Amino acid sequence: MSLANDYASVMARKGEIMKKSVGIDYGEFESGSIAFDYKKMMQETSYTLEEMQKIQLDAHVGNTPIIELRNLTALARKCAKPGFGARIFIKDEAANPSGSFKARRAANAVYHAKKLGFKGVLTATSGNYGAAVASQAAMAGLKCIVVQECYDSKGVGQPEIIEKARKCEALGAEVVQLSVGPELFYKFLLLLEETGYFNASLYTPFGIAGVETLGYETSIQFREKYGKDPDAIICTNAGGGNLTGTARGLEKAGATSTVIGASVNLSGLHMASDTQFNKKSFTTGHTGFGIPFSTWPDRSDVPRSAARPLRYMDRYVTVTQGCVFYITETLASLEGLEKGPAGNTSLAAAFSIAQEMPDDRFLLVQETEYTGAGKHIQPQLSFARENGIKLFFGDPKDEIPGENLVLPSHPSLIKATDVDLNRLRKSLIKAALNSVSAPPTPEDIRFLAEETRTDESFVRAAIEELEA
Amino acid sequence: MIKKGEWVLIRKTILEPHERAPQVPDDTKKVPLIMWVKGRLQADAQIGDIVEIITQTGRVEQGALLEANPTYRHSFGEFIPELLVIGDQVREILFGGDAK
Ligand SMILES: Cc1ncc(COP(=O)(O)O)c(C=O)c1O
Repeated sequence: MSLANDYASVMARKGEIMKKSVGIDYGEFESGSIAFDYKKMMQETSYTLEEMQKIQLDAHVGNTPIIELRNLTALARKCAKPGFGARIFIKDEAANPSGSFKARRAANAVYHAKKLGFKGVLTATSGNYGAAVASQAAMAGLKCIVVQECYDSKGVGQPEIIEKARKCEALGAEVVQLSVGPELFYKFLLLLEETGYFNASLYTPFGIAGVETLGYETSIQFREKYGKDPDAIICTNAGGGNLTGTARGLEKAGATSTVIGASVNLSGLHMASDTQFNKKSFTTGHTGFGIPFSTWPDRSDVPRSAARPLRYMDRYVTVTQGCVFYITETLASLEGLEKGPAGNTSLAAAFSIAQEMPDDRFLLVQETEYTGAGKHIQPQLSFARENGIKLFFGDPKDEIPGENLVLPSHPSLIKATDVDLNRLRKSLIKAALNSVSAPPTPEDIRFLAEETRTDESFVRAAIEELEA
Repeated sequence: MIKKGEWVLIRKTILEPHERAPQVPDDTKKVPLIMWVKGRLQADAQIGDIVEIITQTGRVEQGALLEANPTYRHSFGEFIPELLVIGDQVREILFGGDAK
């Protein structure tokens, strides 16, 4: 008997499809109300740091170099008060096989799929992760399907996503491209059912733990070379896995560096809008993912996301699209390095934050990504112009996402803007309360304190505020 | 005519506008959810015909034939002169006049 394949019927089968395709019974970690056992989930379903280092070494992933950006630091110091301007470093994750840190997540996911005997892996992503899974699957001899949101309904594609499709296909994957809309998940579920492949979700414990090696490695490399950990680390933040994994790895190394998230400010643009899809110049690392995924991580494609950035974030900032473009060009001009867009989001933030820090401090941008046709700033700016976005020099404060791109008229105008973390924390608490019908249990309160990196009194006060 | 066995791109409607998810914004709800996928053509056909293909992972898909030997057309875009201004500006600030 064939199953009904309309939207509602397929979504209703989500639970069983997921269980089969991820190989995790998430029910084991549930309390029955808001709380679930995150620590237990990460411990029991993942790999130890040593195992992951071995898996990744075998897959040619990791041990990427750290590069000090001396000229960029000097430029930041020209914009800072005397005695300020931390030394800026980048970890060159573009050196991974698929050109980004996502290779770490994919190495684990593909290893796990192979170990469980799956013939192929499936992933829903328009970004670097698709290329990473395709690359790892190629090495492991597994089949691979990448499902992308790529075009608007007129068939106009975001250049960066088209490039990602090319890369996936070059690495032997099948790419299924869709027009704009969250029903991508519906097609994804159908494909999981049809193929019986492993769901190499971005948000499983093995995927997120795969990034722990990045944080750990960073700390070891800094201690060896400079005798101390970086004072602060900036992570470009979208779905939250980059920051979560890095912070967990730092913790495992015993590092106490400040962990800062950074996203491109795309406020005002609706992510599921067909007409706004091609008005943005960034496909990830932006607030359109960063804010909703930090305030409600379980919106992802697995029942419980292992990426829970508010647990690990000390600070969260945004930068404008124009500032990231400016810093990308600056990186090429002053450091001789051409790197891709998402990694440079945290670099733009670093340029500003370094100026708040004394000049003997170390500030690390924990990734770079590859660049090329479609991904480079030139095709992105050219595409923006074609889509009616005005490009001019001025004050980045005047940037309106979807209308204009303001290139700072002087580098001193590049500013990281703080996001009110308490507002995000309260929003997470609100979403959690709305997800159940019963009042929160004492265990839920403790859980929410951990989720928001606060304490029980903060959570209780937030709940009272919500009820008032 | 495109020959059986050629590598082609097809297009298929996955959800008609009225079948779209409830949470979708209004502009998106007006248009169908469309899929594009590549594979080997299973019988000779003309552009626009509804055809069957076998994809890279061996799946069967059906849809309207769009293109044979589908080509990547993304590029480095049109030249953006503003980028030159940025490069010159930061070199000027850091190294002074002659370093351009
Ligand atoms: C290069 C790069 N940096 C950062 C990110 C953000 O990572 P996350 O989604 O885990 O927050 C992504 C992916 O979205 C990425 O591809």
